[in-house]
Amino acid sequence: MIRTENIFKSFADTEVLKGISHTFESGKTNLIIGRSGAGKTVLLKILVGLLQPSEGTVWYHNVNFSQLDKKQIRAIRMEVGMLFQGSALFDSMTIEENIRFPLDMFTKKTRKEKLDRVNYCLDRVDLNGVNNKFPSEVSGGMQKRVGIARSIVLEPKYLFCDEPNSGLDPKTSIVIDELIKSITMENNITTVINTHDMNSVMEIGENIALLYKGELAWTGHKDEVLDSDNQILQDFIFASPFLQRLRKAALTKG
Amino acid sequence: MSFNFLYHFGRYLLMLRSSIARPERFSMYWKETMRQMNDIGVGSIIIVVLIAVFIGAVTAVQFAYQLQDSFVPKYYIGYIVRDSTIIELAPTITCLVLAGKVGSNIAAEIGGMRQKEHIDAMEIMGVNTAAYLIMPKVIAAVIVIPLLVGIACFVGIMGGYVASVPTGLITDAEYIRGVRSFFEPYYVFMMFVKAVVFAFILTTVSAYQGYHVKGGSIELGQASTQAVVYSDILILLADYLIAILLTQ
Repeated sequence: MIRTENIFKSFADTEVLKGISHTFESGKTNLIIGRSGAGKTVLLKILVGLLQPSEGTVWYHNVNFSQLDKKQIRAIRMEVGMLFQGSALFDSMTIEENIRFPLDMFTKKTRKEKLDRVNYCLDRVDLNGVNNKFPSEVSGGMQKRVGIARSIVLEPKYLFCDEPNSGLDPKTSIVIDELIKSITMENNITTVINTHDMNSVMEIGENIALLYKGELAWTGHKDEVLDSDNQILQDFIFASPFLQRLRKAALTKG
Repeated sequence: MSFNFLYHFGRYLLMLRSSIARPERFSMYWKETMRQMNDIGVGSIIIVVLIAVFIGAVTAVQFAYQLQDSFVPKYYIGYIVRDSTIIELAPTITCLVLAGKVGSNIAAEIGGMRQKEHIDAMEIMGVNTAAYLIMPKVIAAVIVIPLLVGIACFVGIMGGYVASVPTGLITDAEYIRGVRSFFEPYYVFMMFVKAVVFAFILTTVSAYQGYHVKGGSIELGQASTQAVVYSDILILLADYLIAILLTQ
């Protein structure tokens, strides 16, 4: 479980986050949603410690993450996996070397044990036999799956995904969403996903936090979205006239 | 202006402090150091040799011209080529060239990793990125660059020979006599001190430019250029300071 307490963040004179307090629960897919510029990425970066909040605290279970020194943060990060928007795979390494990198750096496993773990992770994301390919030789969707494989190779307790569906077609997006959800449930991971993909919200949004102009505008479950009378939420989720008609029809049908 | 300098200098020192840390896994750092040694050393040897040959040759030809119609013995050409190559030309010119080749490469490599979120990805894994990305480069450079400077020195003196003996400016015996005259081993020590200091400057300054790059490809290009410009300025400044300190 990760908890934020009254998080503020400013860049020069611009206040990006204004008092965000929220709990991201274990074993659930926690979504941070909002329009571009709402502060989603800044919040995610504060959660993983890539940015420091101007004010406020981040708790990892009972540990005050905001007060840890660099060494202690690195120790916690051994339990963290992250999928980046652009996958952030190392171009000069093969897919196998990319996934093996955290194992090489932090474990004393034998070569065979590492290879077994890499193959297990590749199998888990349904990507067998691509070990010796380079990231540039596979598709964007496959790169995302390699990114997921790399982020779970050390069996993390916390998984962060920054816009995992950006640049993917709807079908591949669903595959990625389902993969993240099943990994979260299997390992009871605290997963935090930063997205503005509506399919993700409606499919895997077990604990949604909507940011609007740096403030927390709404929190809830995907099942509560349709019935909510929060105008900011409705304007965001059902942005197009087509989706508004769809919502109306769904509400009329009951 | 002075605030800006202090800000960057402070951040540079903080980066250096972070980069001096116990490796998470020694074998990974070793592998990276070997890769850097190959990139910096083997990758630069041709350009270093080419430049050294011509610098030695030009020095010999220029001094031969200066000594024309003078009472200074001709064998002094060998002596002047040797000393100027050891004391100044081999370490300084080689490192200025390497600042352009290796420095810009380091800034672009680390800056590219910053922009593609590779550094963030490593940080999230728990890697000390300053140590993993910078320390192997510095260690590789302070070992390999003095070797390159040594090679440049030898090749430069040979360049002087090639430019002056076969062309009839001086005889073979005179050049060799000059090269063997008034030899001060201390100058060789000075050359290696310079090489180590310059290697440290060009790798850390370039790494700093790349590590803190922001924005897109234009900023990456600027960082790469600044890495070369600042390294060159600092190398020349250090050259002056070392010259004062070691010739007291």
